[in-house]
Amino acid sequence: MLSLTECPGCKEKYKELEEFISGVKNEPGILINVLHKAQELFGYLSEETQQFVADKLEVPLSRVYGVVTFYNFFSTKPKGKNQIKVCLGTACYVKGADKVMQRLLDDLKVGMEEPTEDGLFSVHAVRCLGACSMAPVVLVGERDFYGRVTPDEASKIIEKYRRNENGKN
Amino acid sequence: MLKPITILVSVDSNSALLGARHYKNYLSQLVKKYNLDSITDVLETGSFGNYGEGVLISILPENIHYSVKSEKDIELIVQEYLLKGRRVPSLVVEKIEKEETEEKKKNVEERVVLRNAGEIDPKNINEYIAKDGYQALAKVLNEERIEVINKVKESGLRGRGGAGFPTGMKWEFTYKVDNPEKYVICNADEGEPGTFKDRLIMEGDPHSVIEGMAIAAYAVGANKGYIYIRGEYFESISNLRKAIEQAYEYGLLGDNILDSGFNFDLSVRLGAGAYVCGEETALIESIEGKSGRPRLKPPYPPVSGLYGKPTVVNNVETYASVPPIIINGPDWFKVLGTSNSAGTKVFSLCGNLINKGIVEVKMGTTVSDLVYNFGGGIRDGKAIKMIQTGGAAGTFIKPEEMNTPLDFDSMKNYGISLGSGVILAINEDHCAVDVALNLMEFFEHESCGKCTPCREGTKVIVDILHKFSKGQGSEELFNSLYDIAETMEASAFCGLGQAVPIPLRSILDRFKDEFMAHVGVDEAPCGVCKFPKKKKKVH
Ligand SMILES: Cc1cc2nc3c(=O)[nH]c(=O)nc-3n(C[C@H](O)[C@H](O)[C@H](O)COP(=O)(O)O)c2cc1C
Ligand code: FES
Repeated sequence: MLSLTECPGCKEKYKELEEFISGVKNEPGILINVLHKAQELFGYLSEETQQFVADKLEVPLSRVYGVVTFYNFFSTKPKGKNQIKVCLGTACYVKGADKVMQRLLDDLKVGMEEPTEDGLFSVHAVRCLGACSMAPVVLVGERDFYGRVTPDEASKIIEKYRRNENGKN
Repeated sequence: MLKPITILVSVDSNSALLGARHYKNYLSQLVKKYNLDSITDVLETGSFGNYGEGVLISILPENIHYSVKSEKDIELIVQEYLLKGRRVPSLVVEKIEKEETEEKKKNVEERVVLRNAGEIDPKNINEYIAKDGYQALAKVLNEERIEVINKVKESGLRGRGGAGFPTGMKWEFTYKVDNPEKYVICNADEGEPGTFKDRLIMEGDPHSVIEGMAIAAYAVGANKGYIYIRGEYFESISNLRKAIEQAYEYGLLGDNILDSGFNFDLSVRLGAGAYVCGEETALIESIEGKSGRPRLKPPYPPVSGLYGKPTVVNNVETYASVPPIIINGPDWFKVLGTSNSAGTKVFSLCGNLINKGIVEVKMGTTVSDLVYNFGGGIRDGKAIKMIQTGGAAGTFIKPEEMNTPLDFDSMKNYGISLGSGVILAINEDHCAVDVALNLMEFFEHESCGKCTPCREGTKVIVDILHKFSKGQGSEELFNSLYDIAETMEASAFCGLGQAVPIPLRSILDRFKDEFMAHVGVDEAPCGVCKFPKKKKKVH
């Protein structure tokens, strides 16, 4: 059975997802777009969410799972609330992306992909983000890009998000 | 009504990182505050190409470029230029004038694909139309389909996505297959590290891509098109969606386009981050909603592509080249390039160069021109060590090879790849072993796992390179890298695995000394690699 009400706000999110699906359901090959939407809503794709998508699109769960695990963009595990993605593409690498990455891991005292204890952050390596003229590039969440980042600026980025989080409480 | 003064702010995904959007808003605020809004328009436009330290803005009619680094600079421009009518020399960017001296001529771009980028508001179809936009489509709709294909063939246009296949021929194959259902696809997956040109083309001038696709669709007899684009490219996606919506409103997409009886529907599909999906058959699988693993070729997409139907797959830059070819004629395009490579090429300049960004130049421009004349040379007075051309699957070359002209034949003639048009400069601070390792880790990660040579080959290569970076390499291991390269080249299933040997060999060939300097010593010679501490010998 699906436990659609377990997380706060999930019911609404599933409703939104269902509406999205019913709008596009008849387009062939729409699964990936639906998964994009689902991940945007939930932050990651749990088994429950994958099952939901499979049911609504009337495709086998194995197909959904196969697609989710193939693409880098999709994640089956919860990540930190703020995912910090460091580009390790060649252009960023030669501009010192590895040092930025190291600083982030040191500051947050975590390993790669591992959420911090308070669940606020996780650090990920990603491939070229197509902003190479601004190398090295860091992306927080899906949309907050930072360019020409030095290790010191990386520390400041963390502080900024921490302050925002504390401000909310 | 056009206002007397127009200020264009270059807002794109790259300049946005320097605060472009914020500066634009601030500028609009100030213009209002000083009641200048009746005479001044503040507009967003696409990339001007170059990224220095600041955000570029251009003030028309004078057409001076200013570089803005802070709110103060914006205030200065409003105070000095708008209120007092004086230039602000401290912020002026030296614009490359089209003067006829030889020295200057070298620096002049030849803009075909980027003709509108940085000049028009990409979110407004009227501005594209004002620049002869959709004229080419209107023109071809009155011509026989085969005539259109012949024009593209005569122009000598070849694919800009890396492989350089003649575009007209690809269209002709698709045209010749008798099937009521055909597709055209735009490959906007742009995953080659160091490449960001397609992104800036789509952000700066989305309609040129749409128009190119509509022309292709008409020529081959397709009624449905998809733009397959990386999910991370938010600005491009939103500009494209907006552009498609406007094109529908104007009857330039949809049913009975311009009363010609031709129907064409276009939609955007998002990729989900897998480099291999840039390969055309993997991309097709992905549009079908599956995992993006490549198909066996032949059959090629023109015969059996999306849903088994004849399909044209072309790169963003390829499509954007088509409307100017139709308008100006095949001969005009042909003379821009070299004998086997017509037209222009957009290059992404990055790495340790002073000026990073995109430039569009004639085919056959040398690496050295791109590095020094357009890229401004190497930052901080460092020496250049190597240049990666063509992207991840391209080649590493040494500075003494920089006089090579780049076109589709430079791989065959000089072993230097044009690829997707990347010039990634790497300075003396870097170590060849470390650079090779970083790149091969990329391929290991992106190998889709379908075939053994690629899945296992990339893994073994990475293991061996790790050994070198820890001081555990040997001549034997060095040579075995060549063996693995040979096996992968001969037996990998798709272009990804087959391409890995190209960058690998190019760096091994040229930097063998440096690899061997990592062998038989206690400390890394490069200052980059870190050897594990040896246990102290007991005396
Ligand atoms: C691993 C791999 C990745 C590729 N990535 C891209 C890409 O990101 N963009 C692109 O246009 N072509 C890419 N290609 C080339 C495409 O398979 C195809 O040749 C191209 O889209 C055809 O368009 P064109 O003839 O206009 O260049 C890639 C090929 C391989 C083997
Ligand atoms: S290599 Fe980092 S954005 Fe391209």
